[in-house]
Amino acid sequence: MKGEVVLEAENLTRHYKVDRGSFQKPAILKALDGASFKLVKGKTLAVVGESGCGKSTLARLVTMIEKPTSGELNITGINIVTADKYVLDRLHKKVQIVFQDPYGSLNPRQKIGHALEEPLLVNTSMSGRERREAALDIIRLVGLRPEYYDRYPHMFSGGQRQRIAVARALMLNPEIVVLDEPVSALDVSIQAQILNLIATLQEQFDLAYMFISHDLSVVKHIADEVMVMYLGKPIESGSRDTLFSKPHHPYTRALLSATPVADPFRTKERIVLKGELPSPIAPPSGCTFHPRCPSMTEICRGKPPELTEIDGCMVACYHPKTYPDGGTDEISAR
Amino acid sequence: MSETTMQEVVERIEPVDDRPTGFRAVLAEFWSYFSENHGAVLGLFFFIGVILVAIFANHIAPHLPNQQFRDALLQPPFWEAGGDTRFLLGTDAIGRDMLSRLIYGSRYSLFIGCIVVSISLVVGVILGLIAGFFRGWVDTFIMRIMDVVLAFPSLLLALVLVAILGPSLINAMIAIAIVQQPHYVRLTRAAVMTEMTKDYVTAARVIGVRSLRLMFITVLPNCMAPLIVQAALSFSTAILDAAALGFLGLGAQPPTPEWGTMLAEAREFILRAWWVVTFPGVAILVTVLAINLMGDGLRDALDPKLKRS
Amino acid sequence: MPLLEIKNLSVTFKTAGGEFTAVDRVSLNIAPGEIVSIVGESGSGKSVSMLALMGLLPWTATITADTLRFNGQDLKTISKKQLRQIIGSQMAMIFQEPMTSLNPCFTIGFQLTEALKIHLGMNRAERKKRAIELLDLVGIPEPQKRLAAFPHQLSGGMNQRVMIAMSISCNPLLLIADEPTTALDVTIQAQILDLLLKLQKEQNMSLVLITHDMGVVAETAERVAVQYAGQQVEKQLIKGLFSDPHHPYTQALLNSLPERSTSRILPSIAGVVPGQFDKPVGCLFSPRCQYATELCRSTPPVEASPAFGRALCHYPLAGGLPTNYPEEVSA
Repeated sequence: MKGEVVLEAENLTRHYKVDRGSFQKPAILKALDGASFKLVKGKTLAVVGESGCGKSTLARLVTMIEKPTSGELNITGINIVTADKYVLDRLHKKVQIVFQDPYGSLNPRQKIGHALEEPLLVNTSMSGRERREAALDIIRLVGLRPEYYDRYPHMFSGGQRQRIAVARALMLNPEIVVLDEPVSALDVSIQAQILNLIATLQEQFDLAYMFISHDLSVVKHIADEVMVMYLGKPIESGSRDTLFSKPHHPYTRALLSATPVADPFRTKERIVLKGELPSPIAPPSGCTFHPRCPSMTEICRGKPPELTEIDGCMVACYHPKTYPDGGTDEISAR
Repeated sequence: MSETTMQEVVERIEPVDDRPTGFRAVLAEFWSYFSENHGAVLGLFFFIGVILVAIFANHIAPHLPNQQFRDALLQPPFWEAGGDTRFLLGTDAIGRDMLSRLIYGSRYSLFIGCIVVSISLVVGVILGLIAGFFRGWVDTFIMRIMDVVLAFPSLLLALVLVAILGPSLINAMIAIAIVQQPHYVRLTRAAVMTEMTKDYVTAARVIGVRSLRLMFITVLPNCMAPLIVQAALSFSTAILDAAALGFLGLGAQPPTPEWGTMLAEAREFILRAWWVVTFPGVAILVTVLAINLMGDGLRDALDPKLKRS
Repeated sequence: MPLLEIKNLSVTFKTAGGEFTAVDRVSLNIAPGEIVSIVGESGSGKSVSMLALMGLLPWTATITADTLRFNGQDLKTISKKQLRQIIGSQMAMIFQEPMTSLNPCFTIGFQLTEALKIHLGMNRAERKKRAIELLDLVGIPEPQKRLAAFPHQLSGGMNQRVMIAMSISCNPLLLIADEPTTALDVTIQAQILDLLLKLQKEQNMSLVLITHDMGVVAETAERVAVQYAGQQVEKQLIKGLFSDPHHPYTQALLNSLPERSTSRILPSIAGVVPGQFDKPVGCLFSPRCQYATELCRSTPPVEASPAFGRALCHYPLAGGLPTNYPEEVSA
């Protein structure tokens, strides 16, 4: 059913203890600090942010490799924190992942065919022949030749491997696929092939995607909803069109303006942020973005801003840019 | 363009790639790297030679290893004055043919190497996998024990173990296996820990692969390259250690034609009959050298870090 | 007179499977104070050609060229010692991975002053003063303190700034930046690109920017050379390249960018870059080219006129359509 919510996260957090030698209290690293979002069948939620913003932690939580420290995570209506082992096993099949690096995500000593069959081998009671058939079907589906069944990963190019990784994620008929920077390690011409494959498969199987990326031009192309994260917290989220035409949060605007655009005729205002990402072990007080923010005032140092709704977007900022006349932002007009 | 399906597009442009696949291709690639190292190839051929000699010892050897020729005590090799072509490498103090004893001795050396390596490899890999996979206190426990074993001088530890177990070839092998254990454990643990951080392990977890399968089917094959090299090199160490124990009288017992034991028996004739000590020594030296050369080649061929694309 | 003159530079590697041509007859002139970009995907030989120029390739590489001239010196004939003196002082390079380009065992200050000692023969106090000056120039806060820091104590962006400081320490005439921002975050990338452009202007250096990112090219370069499978397929001014590409590869590459597309399915380039064993006989792009004809598959093309961006194509494009295209095929 189209439009069905398959995953709902409410105030999801994940903290890690970081040892600082024997004589100090371990520090708390807030890798993810309160994220709420929904994944909908047939739609793509893009999670955008720079390194250290908690994107990868989010991927580990959604794929249930790790448990959240607090917050709720409902997958197909079942709360994974309270669910028993049997139910969890069933849920595991519904969420699959594709990684960034197509060279590290395939077992170098496993033939492609076996890698594709493994999910069926450990989760179902299908016979060897049925598994082989299923693997060959999916190899064709992602646009590879069936002869590749007996090959090892090192014989493939990056793009082909990423196809295989996508194929493996689909073997168990998942409802949710987490795509962790699936194209950022690929060449431009190959990137387009994989993006097309991902889009086609989504239509065909009505998949819900969580697309993690730092590349805004790719996000703009593929996403339906966008969530921008900074230091473990979502700072702005909304539909793609609103977010790209009317970015409210200063960080979103800075990201948009910093992304290079392949058009030499356009001169755009570029907001170059000062400084670097602060350490997530000792994040700044108040709004964590305030040390780098161009529109920072005294209030930003105090209490962290709450997410509030502006033009249909959820924004956590005391000084969001507003668009009273319904205009769009000059930095993102493309 | 939009009417053509993805499949047709791929068929059209993807060049048919008919490079050989499977085991044979892997073997061919391995050989191309291995054969670049001439010393390694030489070592391999010598080692194969030793294996053949050991297998067909009873057909090649001119005499039985323990057969005594009372008329030919301490006879020199055939090219020396007083030598006889009946005993090509001469005889020892009680008239046994040196060549035959050396040929039969190769059986013992290979036997020792194989057994020691298999015991320490299997146990070491299992312990290393457990330590690297589960981490935490299990890891600490296993690794501290290994550290203690490593803290002893290896030959000394072997001596102590043999002294406790009693001198015999089997006990010597057990002792040497225990002494070599920690190297395998450490190597496996380090390799497992590196592999565990790779995405394909996470991917296998997301698919639902259970711990046991993850350990032995997903991770272990990717850790084998350094282990094979270590196995080859410790094969020669095992032979050396066994010879040393034999020389000290704690390994194989006379009249076994083990090379180390032969050396020990011939000690008192060093000055009078050089051949009784030289030949077993040379046999040990050349075999160990060949295996080490081969191990170097294996490392070149199997270590992906040294691979030139 | 150009600062750098490269004519028909080729690089071949000896591999287990025979000879492999990584760079195939590449020519490039760079005027003083100019920003030129070399664009290409992985395997296009864009880095190798610059490494060859600097003599930084392993012994398995064979380098041939008709002309290899830098600032009036013939790089083909000068001795290794002279070449080493030019590299690092008059010609400098920065690399993609800032974390691995710096030696983790030494402090930033030590590594920064090393070049000053070797090339400029400054004394200790002068070196320290200059190092602080340089760190300040590349926008590192509290430069005195940072001199004693080790690379692992700084972030990727900071390390890249240190790399830039090192490369400009001897006021080079030419700076080659090999994917300088690929490993960095978007906001840091913007900072580093701004810094490079600012330094280029202030010091009046020539800048060669090697990248695969068309966005970075569009925002920084003046002239572009597009490389494909070791060959230069097109050379143009930046605006011309984006508005009127003359080589089918450039056109297809631009069309496949998500930001330039309008439909959900991108017009992608099918297939992959040819490798060592599957190089086509004719035009190297012919297996993936939508305009390829029998001629393209059998005969390697020659360079077109400068009006067509010296495109390496039998039917260079004008206004998005091939010229001199055989009628019966297009019909």
